[in-house]
Amino acid sequence: MTKTINLTLKVWRQKGPEHKGHLETYRADHISTDMSFLEMIDIVNDNLTLDGDDPIAFDHDCREGICGMCGTVVNGRAHGPEKETTLCQLHMRHFSDGDTIVIEPWRSRAFKIIKDLVVDRSALDKIIAAGGYISVNTGGAPDGNSILIPQDIAELAMDAAACIGCGACVASCPNASAMLFIGAKISQLALLPQGKPEAAGRALSMVREMDRLGFGNCTNEKECEAECPKEISITNIARMNREYFKAGYFFSKK
Amino acid sequence: MNWFLDILRSSIGKKLMMAVTGLGFCGFITAHLAGNLFIYNGKEAFNLYAERLHSLGPVITALELGLLFFAVIHVLTGVTLFYQNIMARPVRYVVNKSAGGRSIGSRTMPYSGVILLVFVVLHLLDFHFVDKTGTTIYKLVETTFAVSWYALFYVFAVIVVAIHVSHGLWSAFQTIGANHPKYMPVIKTAGIIFSISIGIGFGFIPIYILIFT
Ligand code: FES
Repeated sequence: MTKTINLTLKVWRQKGPEHKGHLETYRADHISTDMSFLEMIDIVNDNLTLDGDDPIAFDHDCREGICGMCGTVVNGRAHGPEKETTLCQLHMRHFSDGDTIVIEPWRSRAFKIIKDLVVDRSALDKIIAAGGYISVNTGGAPDGNSILIPQDIAELAMDAAACIGCGACVASCPNASAMLFIGAKISQLALLPQGKPEAAGRALSMVREMDRLGFGNCTNEKECEAECPKEISITNIARMNREYFKAGYFFSKK
Repeated sequence: MNWFLDILRSSIGKKLMMAVTGLGFCGFITAHLAGNLFIYNGKEAFNLYAERLHSLGPVITALELGLLFFAVIHVLTGVTLFYQNIMARPVRYVVNKSAGGRSIGSRTMPYSGVILLVFVVLHLLDFHFVDKTGTTIYKLVETTFAVSWYALFYVFAVIVVAIHVSHGLWSAFQTIGANHPKYMPVIKTAGIIFSISIGIGFGFIPIYILIFT
């Protein structure tokens, strides 16, 4: 038989971007410990709907930890208390009977709340649009191994590319800084030969866009690294800084 | 030269200014501590050290002006960053919890910074902008630390310096991009050893004076 637990939820409810929000208390009873956190909210929402109330709005898509859509702050921790876990992969067995769980949306000036726990993360897309790509001519696929990349470099780039853009770094940063995200995006391209030709311009324009959008400044608190569901390392922030200084002071384009 | 300032004005540029000036202070504080250690060699040794140091004349003045310039940058940039970082999250979380990344040093940087600013001003008033005719530096130290609560305030301030530096040093390396898998652990350990040395080295002087004179 599956174990069930009873919980008290305090959930941030906010009708829309311009409305004032508040924490609302709900009961979540007979929750199977095999459920994921999002399935638990589904149950609460089913009951709310049956009662004729507005269900809690929250983001989600793949529910298997790869898309980056889900994410709320659970008891002060982005994606909840487990390491290397997205909210959809957080299971209720990590909670105990009688727990009170406070659920809040990502908080940042750059992320406007759309409704309840859903925030607008298009600021991250705007930063990507500012330079997080490579410009290549389309044509036939190049031969395999025509560009040689050492395995360790490929792995470093892949570690950075593991970022799913969920925004937990911004949410968990005491300064609401997005530097882990941008550091990862700049690194994944700057490490590889395909990304190098545009590395300088990319670093300059992505950092500029990040500043324009009102993200905070990194003070090396390392909370992002500890909270990132993909364990992206802050060495990527150091690499971004290097790329940025190199571009700013030694690259002829302004 | 607009590009030069533009880069410095950006978020990463401001971090760079904090890092470079902070490293400058770490250098200064090392020299300061090395000099102060003469006090354990007795009155004459300490006074002689001060005399020799001041006989360097214009070199000292140039270094002092450099430090002042660094201090202005460090404080103004620090205040700007603090303000911007508060603004970056207009609505705060109801529940805040660390995932284990923060340290006492990193948590308290702006606040320890303010305490340090106050301390540095007092410290300069005590020992720098003071009439030194007819007295020696050793006597000055003696009379200043004769008041025990004041001596204890100095010990407290020095502990704050150590806490500030415990985050500041490795953080400066990270900011300038010097994060290397082989060297970062060494830098982090060196940072801890450095801040403990600062704390003990400076913090013991008022206690020494208080007890042994
Ligand atoms: S829903 Fe896709 S990562 Fe959680």
